[in-house]
Amino acid sequence: MKNVMNSKEYEKFIQSKMPKPKTLKNCIMAFIVGGLFSDLGQLITDVFKKNEFNADQTAAGTAIILVFLGALLTGVGIYDRLGKFAGAGSIVPITGFANSIVSPAMEFKREGFVFGVGARMFTVAGPVLIYGISTSIIIGIIHYLFF
Amino acid sequence: MQKKIGKQTVKLQNPPTITSTYAIVGPKEGQGPLAEFFDQILEDDYFGEESWEKAESKLIKEAVKGAIKSSGLDIGKIDYMFAGDLLNQIISSSFAARALQIPFIGLYGACSTMAVSLSMGAMVIDGGFAENTVCVTSSHFSSAERQYRFPLEQGVQRPPYAQWTVTGSGAAVLTKYGEGPYITHITTGKIVDFGIKDANNMGAAMAPAAVDTISAHFNETGRNPGYYDLIVTGDLATIGREITIDLLKKEGYYIEAIYNDCGCMIFDNIKQDTHAGGSGCGCSAVVLNGYLYNQMKKGDIKKLLFVATGALLSPISSWQGESIPSIAHAIAIESTI
Repeated sequence: MKNVMNSKEYEKFIQSKMPKPKTLKNCIMAFIVGGLFSDLGQLITDVFKKNEFNADQTAAGTAIILVFLGALLTGVGIYDRLGKFAGAGSIVPITGFANSIVSPAMEFKREGFVFGVGARMFTVAGPVLIYGISTSIIIGIIHYLFF
Repeated sequence: MQKKIGKQTVKLQNPPTITSTYAIVGPKEGQGPLAEFFDQILEDDYFGEESWEKAESKLIKEAVKGAIKSSGLDIGKIDYMFAGDLLNQIISSSFAARALQIPFIGLYGACSTMAVSLSMGAMVIDGGFAENTVCVTSSHFSSAERQYRFPLEQGVQRPPYAQWTVTGSGAAVLTKYGEGPYITHITTGKIVDFGIKDANNMGAAMAPAAVDTISAHFNETGRNPGYYDLIVTGDLATIGREITIDLLKKEGYYIEAIYNDCGCMIFDNIKQDTHAGGSGCGCSAVVLNGYLYNQMKKGDIKKLLFVATGALLSPISSWQGESIPSIAHAIAIESTI
């Protein structure tokens, strides 16, 4: 072919042909779904508080219930459908974290419990855990030294 | 007579006939616009197996058996099976070949594999090394997703330009003697890479490869777009198709009126939520061996240029930040010689 392009030229050439992501629609959906998850969390927290659980128990209990819900919705095949239109709205809440662990565990069951479920369960959540925990440690050290 | 007529193109001296074909697809493809042209539509994409990989291998096995059966040949008369697929170490193909016991040559051309297998199958016959060959490839949405992308149950959003891997397998039996449709010319592609790194943007990555091969085919055969009733690319989908039309204009070829892409034909993108269109080895394989072969047999298409396109990336090359090397191979299929 005569008209060879470098990556910059080609990027420019295809730009007008690429479909635009529906940012506004995506943001609204994420806002609604993410908001509903947060509402649910608030509701659970309030119920715990009403029944005179202390702050630690309430926080842990809320997280446990939401994680369970995320896992359940993944298991029955609803969470992936939700994620398709909710985007970050269903990824960012703690239910999304449950989804990211349960979905590979389901997917790789066929490769057995060691090389499948065990080895692959954290393929998606692993990096989040690593950098999440590392960041907490660094912040912890800064807090210990300076405050 | 010299068979090689250009740097990339060969003209077959004794063009082999595509004697019979078989196309088998998954349930989603069976709801698409080409449903009536497929030989078998699965109700369940597990195909009675316990894993998607096993199901994909069974797709190949059934497609090969189906194509051989309708050719009227005995399986023992097939000299070679040329097959490839997307899974690591092409396990769908080799596990099917284990059951079929046909001398087996495994190929990898990613989504261009249907054209690679037809090239090899035809050249081996024309070279006098075989009388009958079977050429086959497959892909499976679920086995491809887990290898290249995310677990199925993970709630992620696909970008609007993403493509949907076709579940299906297409097989063709080529014979030395026959009454067509004939494979007359083969233009083997070179790797073309315009620097696309986004593994979701395969149409844009592969379009320049299609353009390179199509223009080489015209240059080396002396033909022009008007010669063909239909030029069809493999799995460029809506965005890649548009890019191909525009890039070919720059090369001086206007193909829009007689051009389509298998990725745009297999699904109803809006109704079936397949974004830009179909992809995977199975995409061009089932469209060719199902719909297009049928049209050629009926006489609605007499001269077809089939250009299967492949993105030769791996998950590892993507993680290492490499761009996507792409390829396209063109096969001229004609009713008469």
